[in-house]
Amino acid sequence: MSCTVTMTVNGKAVTREVEERTLLVHFLREHLALTGTHVGCDTSQCGACVVHVDGRSVKSCTMLAVQAEGASVTTIEGLAAADGTLHPMQAAFREHHGLQCGFCTPGMVMSAVDLVKDNPTPTESEVREGLEGNICRCTGYHNIVKAVLAGAEAMRAGEPAAAAAE
Amino acid sequence: MYAFEYRRPASLAEAVSLLSQAEEGKILAGGQTLLPTLKQRLARPTELIDLSKVPELKGIREDGGALVIGAFACHAEVGASDLVKRRIPALADLAVHIGDRQVRALGTLGGSIANADPAADYPAAVVALKGTVKTDLREIAGDDFFTGMFETALNPGEVITGVRFQAPDKAAYAKFRNPASRYAIVGVFVARFGNEVRVAVTGAGPSVFCVTDMEAALAKDFRADALSGVAVSANGLNGDIHASPEYRAHLVTVMAKRAVEACA
Repeated sequence: MSCTVTMTVNGKAVTREVEERTLLVHFLREHLALTGTHVGCDTSQCGACVVHVDGRSVKSCTMLAVQAEGASVTTIEGLAAADGTLHPMQAAFREHHGLQCGFCTPGMVMSAVDLVKDNPTPTESEVREGLEGNICRCTGYHNIVKAVLAGAEAMRAGEPAAAAAE
Repeated sequence: MYAFEYRRPASLAEAVSLLSQAEEGKILAGGQTLLPTLKQRLARPTELIDLSKVPELKGIREDGGALVIGAFACHAEVGASDLVKRRIPALADLAVHIGDRQVRALGTLGGSIANADPAADYPAAVVALKGTVKTDLREIAGDDFFTGMFETALNPGEVITGVRFQAPDKAAYAKFRNPASRYAIVGVFVARFGNEVRVAVTGAGPSVFCVTDMEAALAKDFRADALSGVAVSANGLNGDIHASPEYRAHLVTVMAKRAVEACA
């Protein structure tokens, strides 16, 4: 059983024929070849698959592609500016070494951007609580939190990439 | 996940009709429990009926002294609602501590109570806040809605449209949560309506329940100390790798006291 889904992904309209049971994460990875969004636990816990759907961070392993019909989806590939300038949150993760193996990083960055949109001046504990849906198996939380705090500051400073990306 | 057909009705009437025609239809609300269940092949619905475009299930409004929250309101929406924060702040507080940020963006009130997970947070609020569950067919008192572990008074094909919560004078929800899943190991919702006090417990038993001895003690003296002599029996409580029935019984009193203190 298949159906047609249409949505906007990273600013581009896409239409594909998919099985109705196709998860959004598999749609992004296998149908659109956007493999920056990862499948970690596949049980809605680890947050490696976090993307933005209509501006809210969600776990794309726990949403069907058909549920995103008509929605605007942003993945980690859509964060940087067209000229390759990193989003301030991505730049902060690089600067503060907010990653070890890097597997959880796309989800961490997407969650962090969403968190900072709601709370532009988070405290350290608010960052830790706000990232509770993302798990880093390297246990590299210390630098991740540092990166998110710095990224929040950079986003407040209104670096051009921030406006371009969202 | 087994294959299914996907339907997206545009009205409550269409949703009800699709459900009644489906061979084995299942409602899809936020999907935060249903989709993981389907991924594990623990259920095999022939049709998923997505309620996201049903306007009758949306919104949060005042109704006399009460709040009516649409079944499709997600936890993030309830937690951020100025109306909920003003009228029943304890309910907004409960909503912002369900799951994690991403789960709260999709998971819904209706989905949570229809699923009736013994460790879900909302059932405690529905019972303590003298809630009424509204469906396409009738209104069901919160006290009668939860009938057992993952069991409710809903008939097959009946659709929850919203919940009416009474606004209390004071209320608070105290949860001892599982640090990994964030489900309640024990959660206690205390609400005071004039001389009447409600103490509803989730996570401890197969289904939400009230502790009438605590309600009576708090009606006489609304202080945490009033609960010191009130013990809850471990008989029939849940026991698992996270907490024994005895520990859960102990936690009921601890969390009830914390909730009363938070009411101050």
